[in-house]
Formats: sequence, structure tokens, C-alpha cells
Amino acid sequence: MADVATTDTTTTAGTDDLVVLTGVNKHFGALHVLQDIDLEIARGEVVVVIGPSGSGKSTLCRTINRLETIDSGSITVDGRPLPAEGKELARLRAEVGMVFQSFNLFAHKTVLENVVMGQVKVRRTARAQAEAKARTLLDRVGVGAQADKYPAQLSGGQQQRVAIARALAMDPKVMLFDEPTSALDPEMINEVLEVMRQLAADGMTMVVVTHEMGFARSAANRVIFMADGRIVEQNTPDAFFTAPRSDRAKDFLSKILHH
Amino acid sequence: MNVLFTDDNFTLFRDGFLRTVELTALSGLLALVLGVLLAAFRVSPVPPLRIFGTVWVNVLRNTPLVLLFFAVVFGLPKIGVDLGYFTFAVLALGCYTASFVCETVRSGINTVPLGQAEAARSLGMTFAQTLRLVVLPQATRTVVSPTGSILIALTKNSAIAGAFNNAELYGVMKTWNELGYKIFAIFFWIALGYLVITFAISALFRFLENRLAVAR
Repeated sequence: MADVATTDTTTTAGTDDLVVLTGVNKHFGALHVLQDIDLEIARGEVVVVIGPSGSGKSTLCRTINRLETIDSGSITVDGRPLPAEGKELARLRAEVGMVFQSFNLFAHKTVLENVVMGQVKVRRTARAQAEAKARTLLDRVGVGAQADKYPAQLSGGQQQRVAIARALAMDPKVMLFDEPTSALDPEMINEVLEVMRQLAADGMTMVVVTHEMGFARSAANRVIFMADGRIVEQNTPDAFFTAPRSDRAKDFLSKILHH
Repeated sequence: MNVLFTDDNFTLFRDGFLRTVELTALSGLLALVLGVLLAAFRVSPVPPLRIFGTVWVNVLRNTPLVLLFFAVVFGLPKIGVDLGYFTFAVLALGCYTASFVCETVRSGINTVPLGQAEAARSLGMTFAQTLRLVVLPQATRTVVSPTGSILIALTKNSAIAGAFNNAELYGVMKTWNELGYKIFAIFFWIALGYLVITFAISALFRFLENRLAVAR
């Protein structure tokens, strides 16, 4: 951590960008899913990515920890370009927390073990210390009482909060949320969003792909609107939701706000 | 039926039976270790390892075991490697069976949802950790039952070792046949010997299957 001094100087814009994507392109066969994406995410910023299905927003999110590779362009996290597959990439992924639409808790491990595992196996934290931290985190997301159950015994909302705790246990620099509430029953969405709001308020850098416009309005510093593999528009949530500039965004908002 | 109780036949049979058990156990162990390793190779992100695993499986799974025995027992001594008939038999049986174990384990790996591996990788686990800590433990349940079948096949395949100077059950059969005992009596005792081993394997794997079913 030689750059501690520089990270404290928040005065000049651009130097404090935690995640930077430059000219990123990606194809799935003939489909050009990401087209010349340029995006800078500042330390402590909460960026919400919205857009119609198939617009590339999930793919964008997954490229940041290289679960999806890119065809051209560059991505840096905390000033370091994403390394190729291997130990170096594994180290970087430990710094980037990820929460999936389908939770992906380890089905053969208890809730506690899910949160302990990364700390012990990746960070080499002592077991007792890892367990104590896991319990604190589970309490923080409101599922402390479920620590000894298996994921399948929990509701979707509880599972997703455990998944958030599991990612937080690694002390990530940035958290990626890939449609974290899309697989949840309506009454469970809020308990997850509440945890995320709290996290945002605590200053976590977050990239959130979501269809929850309420969350975008209340928690985002910036809204990014994507369509057909491009960033069509980005603005503060207030400006974006009250006065979208592009026709594509106007069309999208009119559809989702009219049901 | 009293072939077994004349002359030294009981000692001969007992030693043959134990040798078959020994062959099956050792080559089975080799096949399991090697098979899991090969499966890991075949799903690894490193192309040379993938190629190695694929070639191994496709060559050994698709050629007769006897051919491999010939290559090992007569080929290796030619290049100065002489480990004795028993070790040769363990090697041939183990390497051959490993290719079947590999494919079973690989199919088990494919039953584990991709999201499990993605979650492990996103926590910063390496490929080996992801496989060992997250994917393989969840693949075990589906792999247990077919692995039992493979080890039963291995037990019977071990008879081929008898044709290459190993005094196991098939070797006992050959000796008795040469001594002119009645064919049905020979069949009865030799078959019984194999059945004891294969039933034991069946029972062991049924036990494992039940235990793993509870543990979820």
C-alpha cells in the first residue's frame, strides 16, 4: 500500500478513480454486447446501471472482475490493469466483491462457513478471527440467527444478504451487484435494498445493475443508462429521472413508470 | 465341488483371492487418484493440461485393456523399466480405469451449477481451490454411484492380470483347469470369489450414497 498518501487527496478529479474502463468492446459471436465503453467510477461513488434486457449492463458488471473477458480496451481497478487468468487475477478478485442475481451461496456449506471460507482460504485469516468477523457481518445484514443453517433453508432475501456478507468479509474496495433483487419475491426486495442502502451510506464504492428505480433514485450518485451495448446517457438520478435527454431513455422510462 | 478341499487347493485359492483383492484395491486407488486429477486437467484453463487429459482418455478408454497389458508388460522392460508383473498389472489396470473415472468425475463437475464456481472465483479462489473446495464436494454425490460400477468392472478386468503371470483368481482357474478338475466346480468357486469382492464394493458404495444423501 504505497499509494495511501495519494488516495487521500480527493481534490483533483480523475486521480481518485477506482475503476476505469477505456474503450471496452466485447462480442458474443456476432452480437456486439459492449461497444466502446468508457467509464470511470470514483472511490466511494455509487453507480447504478439501468437499461432494457440485453443492453449489456450485466456483462459490463461482470467484466470488472473479469468473469467476462473483453475483446479490446482496458480495465483498471485501483490503478492496476486486470491481469490475465491466474494467481494475480485471483488476488485482484479478492478486492472486488460480487453479488449475483441467483445468490450462488455454496450449497454444501453452512451460512457461517460461506462467509468464513474466503477469509480463511484466500486471505489466510485465522479461523477464530474469521468466524468472529463473519458473525459480525451476518448480524449487520440481519441474518445472524441463521448462521448454522444451510443456504437452501433460507428465504431468497436472507440468502442474498448472506451473499452480501460473504463478499464484504473480503474487505473489498468495490462491490459489484448484478441484478441482486431480480430473483426475489417482491416482499423480500426491500430487506436486500436496505442493506445495500446502508452500505452506500457507509461509503462503499458500488456498481449496481438493477431494475429498482426507487433504489437508483435514493442511493445512487450517478445513473448510467445503457441500451444496445452502449452507454446512452449518464447523469445524477434527479436529473435523469425528471429530464432524460435521449429518446431511448425517455422511451425506457415511460415504459417502466407506466405500469 | 470339493475341488477346494483337496490337496493344497484351499491355500492356492485363498492366495489367489487375496491377490485379486490386492490388485483391485491398489489399481482402484490409483484409478481414483489419477481419474480425479485427469478430470481436473480436462476442465482446467491451461490448454496443454486439457490436451493431455483428452488424449489419455481417448486413447485408453477406446483401446482394449489387453493391448495396454502387452505394452506395459513387454514394452516397459525393453526400455529398461522392470517393476515386476504385479506392479505392471496395477499400472495397466489403474491407468486404464482412470480414464473411465475421469469421465465420470467430469460429468459430475458439469452437474454443479456454473454460479458456484463463479462465486468461488469472485472471492479470489484459484482454479485449484475452486475445484477442491466448492465444485468437487458438490459433484461427489452424483459421481458415487457410477464410480461403484467402474470399480466392479475393474475387479473383473483384473482377471486379465492372470494371463500376465499373476497368481490371482484367474490364475487359480488356469492351474485347476490344467490339473483336470471338473469345469463346473472350477466355475463355481472362481465365480464365488469374484462375487464376494463385487458385492462388497456394491455394499460400500450403497452405504456411501446413503450417507451423502443425508448430509445435504
